[in-house]
Amino acid sequence: MIGAVHSQLGPFHAPHVDWKGMSPLLSVLGGSAAVLIAGLFPGRRTQRVVVPVLAIAALIAAIGLTVWIWEPGGVRPIVAGALSVDTLALGVSVLFYVAGIATILLSLRSAVVRECGAGEYASLLLGSIGGMVLLAGAQNLVTIFIGLELLSIPLYILCGSRVRQEHSLEAGLKYLIVGSVGSATLLYGLALLYGATGSTSLSVIGHAVGTRVPLDDPLVLTGVALAATGLAFKASIAPFHTWTPDVYQGAPTPVTTFMAVATKAAAFAILLRLFDEGLISDRTNWGPALAALAVASIVIGNAGAIGQRSMKRLLAWSGVAQAGYILAGVVVGTRLGIQTSAFYLAIYLPMNVAAFAVVIARMRVSERGDDMAALEGLGRSSPWLAWPMTIAMLALAGFPATAGFIGKFYLIDATVAGGYAWLGVAIVIGSMISLVYYLRVIAVMWMSPSEVEVPAPAPARASPSRRVRSVAGWSPEADVRAQPEVAFVAIACAAATVFFGIVPEPLLHLAREVGSAISSAL
Amino acid sequence: MSVPLSVTIFLPLAAGLAGAVLPRGWARWTVLAAALAVLGIAIWMVADYPAGGAGLRDLTNQQWIPELGIRYSLGVDGLNVFLIALTALLWVAATAAACFREWDRPRLFYFHMALAETAVLGAFCAQDLALFVFFFDLMLVPFYFLIGSWGGRQRVRATTKLVIYTLVGSLLMLAGAVALGVLATPAGGHVSFALPVLAHRLVGKGTQEWIFLLFAAAFLVKAPAFPFHGWMPDAYRAAPIPVLVVFSAVLSKVGMYGFLRIVVPLLPQAAQHYQTLMIVIAVVSILYGSALAFSQDDARLVVGYSSVAQLGFILLGIFALDVEGKGAQGAVLQMVNHGLVVAPLFLIIWALSARAGGSESLGRMGGVAFRAPALAGLFLIVALATLAMPGSANFVGELLILFGTFSTKLAFGLVASAGVALAAVYMIRMYQRSMHNRVGAAVESRDVTRGELVTIAPLVAVIVALGVYPHFVVARTERSTVRQERPAASLEHASETGGQASVPPAGTAELGPLGRAP
Repeated sequence: MIGAVHSQLGPFHAPHVDWKGMSPLLSVLGGSAAVLIAGLFPGRRTQRVVVPVLAIAALIAAIGLTVWIWEPGGVRPIVAGALSVDTLALGVSVLFYVAGIATILLSLRSAVVRECGAGEYASLLLGSIGGMVLLAGAQNLVTIFIGLELLSIPLYILCGSRVRQEHSLEAGLKYLIVGSVGSATLLYGLALLYGATGSTSLSVIGHAVGTRVPLDDPLVLTGVALAATGLAFKASIAPFHTWTPDVYQGAPTPVTTFMAVATKAAAFAILLRLFDEGLISDRTNWGPALAALAVASIVIGNAGAIGQRSMKRLLAWSGVAQAGYILAGVVVGTRLGIQTSAFYLAIYLPMNVAAFAVVIARMRVSERGDDMAALEGLGRSSPWLAWPMTIAMLALAGFPATAGFIGKFYLIDATVAGGYAWLGVAIVIGSMISLVYYLRVIAVMWMSPSEVEVPAPAPARASPSRRVRSVAGWSPEADVRAQPEVAFVAIACAAATVFFGIVPEPLLHLAREVGSAISSAL
Repeated sequence: MSVPLSVTIFLPLAAGLAGAVLPRGWARWTVLAAALAVLGIAIWMVADYPAGGAGLRDLTNQQWIPELGIRYSLGVDGLNVFLIALTALLWVAATAAACFREWDRPRLFYFHMALAETAVLGAFCAQDLALFVFFFDLMLVPFYFLIGSWGGRQRVRATTKLVIYTLVGSLLMLAGAVALGVLATPAGGHVSFALPVLAHRLVGKGTQEWIFLLFAAAFLVKAPAFPFHGWMPDAYRAAPIPVLVVFSAVLSKVGMYGFLRIVVPLLPQAAQHYQTLMIVIAVVSILYGSALAFSQDDARLVVGYSSVAQLGFILLGIFALDVEGKGAQGAVLQMVNHGLVVAPLFLIIWALSARAGGSESLGRMGGVAFRAPALAGLFLIVALATLAMPGSANFVGELLILFGTFSTKLAFGLVASAGVALAAVYMIRMYQRSMHNRVGAAVESRDVTRGELVTIAPLVAVIVALGVYPHFVVARTERSTVRQERPAASLEHASETGGQASVPPAGTAELGPLGRAP
């Protein structure tokens, strides 16, 4: 039987593997295996020092290898056209590595590592990063799906890794179900695209649509719609965002941090790849649909965030809104649009990680968990945490002297130049709504609590956090020193946010190189 | 010889940062010293500025974000030189007034004061549209903290309202600015936001019109003009007085300055198209502000609503668009005048409330003048200047504005001149209620203290000096101002005479505002 198939297809040639091009991916996946084995050795030292150091070393090595193989311009895909190592893939994957390092630092003292096992935790995280790298470089429908699953499955486990906590399990299960629906939808869409064009290669599909296959071919249109829906689930774009607040809130906070920045970047990398490279010729058909999704995300995300008391939920809703902003760059479909999306993804990372780091620091010492009230008076008690949070909120709201301002500026620039000026106005209107909740967080930290109007606490479910009684004599200043790595992540990210708000040129230059990867863009 | 503008702008911020790391007691002195240094530089700038000068001086022009076509471009001309000086002067007054009080978390307070000065100076000096937007939005951050952390009751609510109102306008302006820069770029050209470049790359009339509305939203909220003043009463009630001094006296001018620097020269056809709308807003602001100023009991709100009326006058002058540019010159003069009278008014209210048991209600003041003749004298000078008594620079400013309006929109000018009379009504009422009348129940009158004298008297001296010699300002601002208005004014002129729109070449001799050739 097998022999018959073999003779039908002719001799099987293993594709040429470009080891150099794959080296960052191999570093991450190798690291994943290494930390899993290292975690098997007993001893407190191994769990608390060796495993994180190994994981961070693997990620730093991956960054170094990425710099080594970085080459602007159109680069031929490797491994028989399955994987691309162009600047778009490499540039976005650096974001995954940085997010991974931040996540490992943030979870050093986290309960999730004790419950799940240090080796397993780091291994799953690195495995997920491997999937993201694969997804960002996917040049083939099959690679897209493998990357997406490799990304998602470890995350399902990580979300539910606080096995003794109902909320964490609930988050894991919800993410699993919704994520599977998204994956299935995507797979269905990819299958239809294959059916319409007869190829799984993005470049062949790109050439076929509009020439061999008519632009309004029903198979193509249905395929595009289903694929967009599937990816919208991953990127938490409204109206496919409903899982986001619950999962973000229930998952262990370091994992939430990782999902908020890295998963989003991965989903947008493939959105850019699929729509602005593979399906660019069909832009007249998908453009308005994606634009509608962007506007829906901006409006729903910002409106949803207003009523939140839980910081994790607030950041989840704000993430939905920000996804709408980034999607605007995809919609425009020009090279400038790709650059803006890449730039915004890059600055989105420090803004969010800074905010989550402060939330983590507060959740560990405050009995109010991730409730906004846990931030009360932070400006007075520990300004080293209050400033990063302030800067993160101002940046997310788009105030000048932060990277968020430049990001908004760049996005509006791209939308106006791409003929979508009204989308630029939608971004602006979304930013106006967002002020209500971003400023409230700042007010809670710096201004007297009795004066700040916060939403009433949700009656149904109490804060899901670990309830730790605050120890008598706890000193707020000691809090920063007790977890220096969390404060370090927060301060470093806030510093990066301000730095790129004043000197954005290096990052813009990189974004331009990322944009040069997609040669078909206008 | 002159100090680079960047030093002037960023000196306060540097002092604020230094104060934040130095011991607690030093913050006020470092920030005050920086404010004084900036004042010194500003005085030198004014002294050095030639009468009849028009071109940009002290130019700093460097690439900032070449990818986006944004330049770090600063410059001083007749339009902003006095506004920079006003900013510097009032920041010294406000910081000095603050130094006489103890503040909670002083290092943070003075850091925000310093950051605010940097942002305002940056907005006045910016010669690049994107840079202007950058500083314009940055101004809001320190004031958000200053009002929200150190203000009176309901401060968080007030400051949130203020920020949302203002940023709604600012974000619309951001969209407008980017759109203007991108749409003005000729095919194959590079995007540029530099104001001189944009002045040569005018966009089509339809585009100008919608971009105009986005900018107008930002500047009218900032002013505030009716009906965009909803944030004003709350913010004015909540703000601490030293913050309110600079907030009311300087920040409102940035919006008006934006009209003159950006909107009118870069969007001349739209300015002409919406001239009537803007004049209606101006006239309604004058009447509404005056009427409400008359009926307020809270002394801060009397001044607040009078500001709405005064800014209505300034707006009227800017959009008079007369060929000789008298309206605009009056507007620039009046920006300086209004800043100079509002600041001491708030400081005087602070002094009065200290004598009236902490109340700022006019009903609880009264009879202060009897034992405080010096304070009463200072207040009288400021009050008379505010109501534009002949002999004050305000009189000259309002007269120029009305002249300009009469020559283009006579009917509106006549209605607006009622505002001059109304100003007398509300200012004299305020003066009488607080200084004369029956002595209030909790009033303990005493004459001006050293701290009050140090902060109020110099401002009054400047008011008197300008009243004696307003031509000093007019001669220096005139040519720059007229140049900003010329494209729009010539359109207006052409539409009236039915002739062809033609821009008079630069360098044509314009008559001086007082009928003298420059």
